[in-house]
Amino acid sequence: MQKQLPFTKSLVAVADQAYFFQSFFRNIFKKGFEWDELFRQSYIIGYKSIGITTLTGFILGIVMTLQSLPTLKEFGAASYIPSMVSVSIIREIGPVIIALICAGKIASSIGAELSSMNVTEQIDAMKVSGANPIQFLVVTRILACAVMIPLLTIFADAMALVGGYIAAAMNGGITMTLYFHKALTILDYTDVVPAFIKTILFGISIGFIGCFKGFTYNNGTASVGLAANSAVVTSSIWIIIIDGIVVQLTNSILYT
Amino acid sequence: MEVVIEIKNLKKSFGDIGILKGINLTVKKGENVVILGKSGSGKSVTIKCIAGLLTQDEGSLKVFGEEIKDLKEDELKALRCRIGFLFQSAALYDSMTVRDNLIFPLKRVLKIKDNALIESRCIEVLEAVGLADAIDKMPSDLSGGMRKRMGLARTLIVKPEIILYDEPTTGLDTITSKEISNLMLQIQKKYQATSVIITHDIPCSSITADRVLIIDDGVFIAEGTHEELENSQDDYIRSFFK
Repeated sequence: MQKQLPFTKSLVAVADQAYFFQSFFRNIFKKGFEWDELFRQSYIIGYKSIGITTLTGFILGIVMTLQSLPTLKEFGAASYIPSMVSVSIIREIGPVIIALICAGKIASSIGAELSSMNVTEQIDAMKVSGANPIQFLVVTRILACAVMIPLLTIFADAMALVGGYIAAAMNGGITMTLYFHKALTILDYTDVVPAFIKTILFGISIGFIGCFKGFTYNNGTASVGLAANSAVVTSSIWIIIIDGIVVQLTNSILYT
Repeated sequence: MEVVIEIKNLKKSFGDIGILKGINLTVKKGENVVILGKSGSGKSVTIKCIAGLLTQDEGSLKVFGEEIKDLKEDELKALRCRIGFLFQSAALYDSMTVRDNLIFPLKRVLKIKDNALIESRCIEVLEAVGLADAIDKMPSDLSGGMRKRMGLARTLIVKPEIILYDEPTTGLDTITSKEISNLMLQIQKKYQATSVIITHDIPCSSITADRVLIIDDGVFIAEGTHEELENSQDDYIRSFFK
């Protein structure tokens, strides 16, 4: 067999991913949607990630406030802390950091689980029994990520504002009412809507990459680790790329 | 008697390596066919082609008269509902209990919604394989022999007309291997299923086979009853039975 050039290999990999995405998309609308499995995956992906995202959001809010406060004080702009924390967390830092955390936790676990199912012939067993593994395993996981990651981000953003308030209150004596009034009135739909859309895209990419790697890596037990590792690395890169594209699009639509 | 599997000049390669080099096989309804061969001789590839998990490069493969490679996705799915496959590792869904493993094909393949009927079908197959007490256990709680039995129960629950066994006794002790082989024979009689059994376990072959084929380097080199091949004039053929 002729050896494939790296460029050809990359094209084949892109074609494989496009084909996998197409079969995911086609299977969303097929009869026999797996509602029970969707709810089970939403519970695993969403509920079981609340702890880590809450803690991350809370500490992010504290750290942002503590890091910005000395500089803002120098310019006599300490009163801008709530607005600054709120806008930066909700527009950019919250969605990206939570998505990267979820890439580490969720994409790796989906990649490892599906790859081990592949290695132990469980996916083949589904196929030969006449069931549809894409519908049962892939559609449910990607949709659960697309729904739960935005919700986790909203929750983490809220916790970041709480963290920011606690840090500001301890260092400057701001009241809770004033802090949240300033933090929330500065926001408008141009801050919230693009960020929310971005989190849905992050969710889809995390679920998709996890499932794709799980289905692709099937050569023995070593591939389980490789699938998990590759799922984290690839989905993290996609999160950064999607972020860049969405920010550029948002800016060109809203601010030109 | 009706022919259920018909293979003509089947070839399959992976890259440069030819695995099946033109095999021919006809299996009639109700027959138990055993394929013996060394590791890497193409046994598993043959039954994976029959189940439509792999597509041949050349040749014809008909199951119930339908050419597998020409079937569309939905047609292949419908055909697979008539075929059962027992994997070497049993391939139990390890995130589900024994009950859920059994319910999975019932709800999705046979579209059965009646809970009482589902429960009775589960109990029936578990009793057939002697695992009625394990219904609420997880696959990780089952021993190797129990996992094989459970895999067999999941295969049987959809009442397949053809059962493909991929090394059903590999990794089991002699006594359990014999129990599984006898169970396969009982099941074939009870459910009137056609079986293709891939193995290199000679006692399993002697218990279950109506006809034995020996595959070597991607081609069938001998065919006959277990006794005929065991007493063959050819030293190489006889060496499989020692």
